[in-house]
Amino acid sequence: MSGVRVLVGTRKGAFILTSDEERREWNVSGPHFPGWEIYHLKGSPADPNRIYVSQSSGWFGQLIQRSDDGGQTWDPKGNEFCYEGVPGTHQWYDGTQHPWEFKRIWHLEPSLTDPDVVYAGAEDAALFRSDDGGKTWNELCGLRDAKGPLWQPGAGGMCLHTILLDPADPNRIFVAISAAGAFRSDDAGQTWLPINKGLRSEFELPDPAADVGHCVHSIAMHPSRPNVLFMQKHWDVMRSDDSGDSWREVSGNLPSDFGFPIEVHAHEPETIYVVPITSDSHHFPPDGKLRVYRSRTGGDEWEALTNGLPQSDCYVNVLRDAMAIDSLPSCGVYFGTTGGQVYVSPDSGDTWTAIVRDLPAVLSVEVQTLP
Amino acid sequence: MIVVVLPAHLRTLARVDGEVEIEVDGPVTQRSVLDALETGYPALRGTIRDHATQKRRPFLRFFACGQDLSHESPDAPLPDAVGQGREPFLIIGAMAGG
Repeated sequence: MSGVRVLVGTRKGAFILTSDEERREWNVSGPHFPGWEIYHLKGSPADPNRIYVSQSSGWFGQLIQRSDDGGQTWDPKGNEFCYEGVPGTHQWYDGTQHPWEFKRIWHLEPSLTDPDVVYAGAEDAALFRSDDGGKTWNELCGLRDAKGPLWQPGAGGMCLHTILLDPADPNRIFVAISAAGAFRSDDAGQTWLPINKGLRSEFELPDPAADVGHCVHSIAMHPSRPNVLFMQKHWDVMRSDDSGDSWREVSGNLPSDFGFPIEVHAHEPETIYVVPITSDSHHFPPDGKLRVYRSRTGGDEWEALTNGLPQSDCYVNVLRDAMAIDSLPSCGVYFGTTGGQVYVSPDSGDTWTAIVRDLPAVLSVEVQTLP
Repeated sequence: MIVVVLPAHLRTLARVDGEVEIEVDGPVTQRSVLDALETGYPALRGTIRDHATQKRRPFLRFFACGQDLSHESPDAPLPDAVGQGREPFLIIGAMAGG
């Protein structure tokens, strides 16, 4: 019988939520790694029992854990993330140059085909790859040749938080970096191109045509149409129909074009989801109403999804990696909040229920659709 | 034999219940103790010292015999009582965070 395994990273541990395909009754496992910040967990598409975890703390630094039995047992793997060669510098808040310093792994992206290959997105922004199941890591340092000295951290740090692997072209990788922008490699990560044409950041960047420096919060792709990308930016929801070569705004009638996550429906490539948040300084839902917005037209036209979500006095945030989509026939949508709730909609967003309500602040949500 | 006391999270990571006992060849210093500790418990690599710089992580402290040894040279001899196993080498999580 098919079902789902929802992987939840929080400020104080990881939780695994499992259900059958109805997604009405849930088993909650955890906390795994209690007390540690779990920025991200993600399962291998090539081996659903293999799960990679980014575990960190201010005291003990970065760890990478791996499970090969669906999250029942874990083993620490390699945690040596060294920038290739002379680390170099990037821009600092005061405009001076600052040495690249490793802080943590924000995102782990396992290969679509090889369970031993996994990519890691780091703060300070860099992309690492492991070919041995997480034991050793090597930087794909060509990324920082894409004007790396001009990147500078935003308020949340300079993190590489999104990694998209093109299912149609194993040499094509997309990444996004806060306060730097989106980038594409067409040669398996050796060389990189900024793909930020059409993005506007008029309050931050004096040059409206700047090719780096844009604060991209998340990008998403439907596997059947990898040349179409969707982006939630610091301001604006954007769409590209040419693999990121150019972008146009599709914010349309959203109550706020600011937000963090963006996801695509599993079976409808023109159906996308965002969670609007009031401005970049308040970081809570407009009017205290927690609403997911869905567009069934690939952007521009949006409808508020509210059935089952709190519609008064709600001041949580939904972070960039805290939304996920399953691929069951009735597509499921999941998101977690900084208030510790994880919501599920088993009907593409029409109705919502909270699976759990009192977790630590949720940093990430991923879902595995199990056979 | 050297006795090392780890903070709770690192005991979990190293899969030990209580104090850790390790053998150190040669002079007993912070560096030789931590080298031996990481050899015996590879999961601890990078958690007490930075991989690249080998510097103590900022929010960890080292104590022994009632002294704060955190700012001592990593190659300075530790107290004799530590080297003789009569007193433990304490690795403490500093008060920080939330």
